[in-house]
Amino acid sequence: MNHLITQRCSGWGRYPGIDAAVSEPRDLQALRDQLRALSPGDRVPRGRGRSYGDAALAPEIISSRWLDELIDLDEDAGILRCGAGTTLATLIEVLLPGGWMLPVVPGTAEVSVAGAVAADVHGKNHHLDGCFSGYVDSLRLMNGEGEVIECSAQQHPEVFRATCGGMGLTGYIVDVSLRLTRVPGPMIRQRCLRTGNLQETLVALAEHNDSPYSVAWLDCMSRGHNAGRSLVFLGEHYRAPPVAAPGPAKLNIPFSTPGLLLNQYTIRGFNALYYRIAGRAEHQILHSHRYFFPLDGIRHWNRLYGRRGFLQYQFVVPDASAAQTIRSVLARTRKAGIGSFLSVLKRTGPANRNPLSFPLSGYTLALDFKYHPDLLPLLDMLDDVIAEAGGRVYLAKDARLSQERFQRMYPHWEAFVETRRALGAHHHFNSLQSRRLGL
Amino acid sequence: MPITISIHYNPVDSDCEGLIIARPQNILIIGAGSAIARALSRRYAGRGCRLVLTGRDPEALQRQARDLTLRGAALADTILLDVNDSDQALQAVIDDARGRLGSIDAAVLCHGTLPDQTSIAHDPARVQDAIATNGLSTIRLLCHLVPVLRLQGNGTLAVITSVAGDRGRGSNYIYGSAKALVSTYLQGLRAELHPDGIHVMDIRPGFVDTPMTSQFRKGPLWSTPDRVARQIEQGIRRRRDILYTPGFWRLIMWVIRLIPEPVFKRSGL
Repeated sequence: MNHLITQRCSGWGRYPGIDAAVSEPRDLQALRDQLRALSPGDRVPRGRGRSYGDAALAPEIISSRWLDELIDLDEDAGILRCGAGTTLATLIEVLLPGGWMLPVVPGTAEVSVAGAVAADVHGKNHHLDGCFSGYVDSLRLMNGEGEVIECSAQQHPEVFRATCGGMGLTGYIVDVSLRLTRVPGPMIRQRCLRTGNLQETLVALAEHNDSPYSVAWLDCMSRGHNAGRSLVFLGEHYRAPPVAAPGPAKLNIPFSTPGLLLNQYTIRGFNALYYRIAGRAEHQILHSHRYFFPLDGIRHWNRLYGRRGFLQYQFVVPDASAAQTIRSVLARTRKAGIGSFLSVLKRTGPANRNPLSFPLSGYTLALDFKYHPDLLPLLDMLDDVIAEAGGRVYLAKDARLSQERFQRMYPHWEAFVETRRALGAHHHFNSLQSRRLGL
Repeated sequence: MPITISIHYNPVDSDCEGLIIARPQNILIIGAGSAIARALSRRYAGRGCRLVLTGRDPEALQRQARDLTLRGAALADTILLDVNDSDQALQAVIDDARGRLGSIDAAVLCHGTLPDQTSIAHDPARVQDAIATNGLSTIRLLCHLVPVLRLQGNGTLAVITSVAGDRGRGSNYIYGSAKALVSTYLQGLRAELHPDGIHVMDIRPGFVDTPMTSQFRKGPLWSTPDRVARQIEQGIRRRRDILYTPGFWRLIMWVIRLIPEPVFKRSGL
């Protein structure tokens, strides 16, 4: 690896950035050779770079880009095994025609399967079906010495639980076995409910807790008695004549747009307009791609936030304090004069046993903020509100959480550190995020 | 409100744009482990094609074949081949491939290396190796393939050369001259085989972000294997003669060829 060039890297939010030496091993042997040749240091596995902040940033980055082979599909058991770098988009493309689907998908299909495990992603069905890791049958992890450890809920369970949600800090995930689910076809029947304020939104999500999928788009710029008005999108798999999957994204944002483009006026205008227009059709049957991954239709949409990037702030709060906390967060951001272009609210089900997994029973809200130096103290303040309410922020989106607040939000962090030390992973795998959080 | 669904679903020809399109079904890929070949073979697998892959690494070939089968390939067989092997070996591989495929609708030659110019320049043995692998082996393979396609009376021979063959540059002329050898050969072969209805395509990729080019700094001119593979598939369907991929390289190379030699030799390109 003597001739590795460094390149500017950042997460999907494009904040922060780092000049990193990026390697792209072409197979497991190359990965093993590389890991064995390296001395202890700061390096991190990276999939498709879809975590927003600094979780996949380090001075050395090892990409799983070429480790993207499908390895096995057991159609009787419904289990698929594939390489770390395979994207969920690829899996869905291969699986859906045969009536199979991934039981949990996040808001973009462009993540790698190992990235989905490392962030223990959740989807619009978390309230019923839990996280991605709930459907990981087993996975193989390569440690800093190049040895492969197979783990699952039964085999090395503590390693497995630390790896699911472990942000790539327990070793290099090389392949993953997933349990699939049967679906009647690629189509989704969507129902859209329009709510007038936050209370109505939370009630609508709770009332439709039995809907297989649900998510609310929230107008964060609405104020007064309209504050928190939303469009709630319920969905279920539906047997209908299939339409072709949307092809590769047709819209592309070719370069960073001037950051001024997104200001509180355009954001307010867009949100008000969207609230009126998108909610017009109450019932719709659409391709699951459009329901699950609406933003995948716009390539590089992250460039809309300008050269300095943006931060996504996603937190979850328990049921009891949800309404009050979310109201307080919305009020504080509004008061600070910063709007979130896209705000997504979801109901979440019970937490799992992974020490760093994000969801817990309650509601999660994701807000996108254009980067501005003044934003950081505001987010610190929000952290305190959320930690106080017994909630936490999502590490896959995080670029700035402090170690002290992290430890308050993730009470099982010590168990994670212990497993990481037992594996020796702290010598080899460290990211900007893990350094900041003291992991 | 009634629910209406519009259906535009055509599983056979969803991206057909009204042109004459003969979709190749039985495809031979030489040098299947290359990043472009890998992306191309996946596209064909997704269309349910029958594939025979050749390469040097048996384990990698097996993994690739499994991957392609899961992606929908009706057949994904592998044959070990070092393109610098003897003519008998090459003949045996082509015969074997034809036997497995029935007919060869398209043979795509993707093998190659990118020698480090500074370390091999003026070392005759290593220059010979580089030209053998990137130039001569391709021509030898074509010698074995042409009779097969002639006998069939149809098919495509698609060969990956390079924009580097369009003009000799001080920094990369050994690779470039090997590719130029192939390009010129293909021009002649195309003319010769035209009456037989055999399509000969010269694929000239620009900079592609692959493991072969991992030590280069990437810029806006760089493309991805997926994009190049998509254009190759399209080029084969539309029976293009010379395919610059991405297309803007046609313009770039046109300009570069126009630069007078006295200027070019000083340009440091």
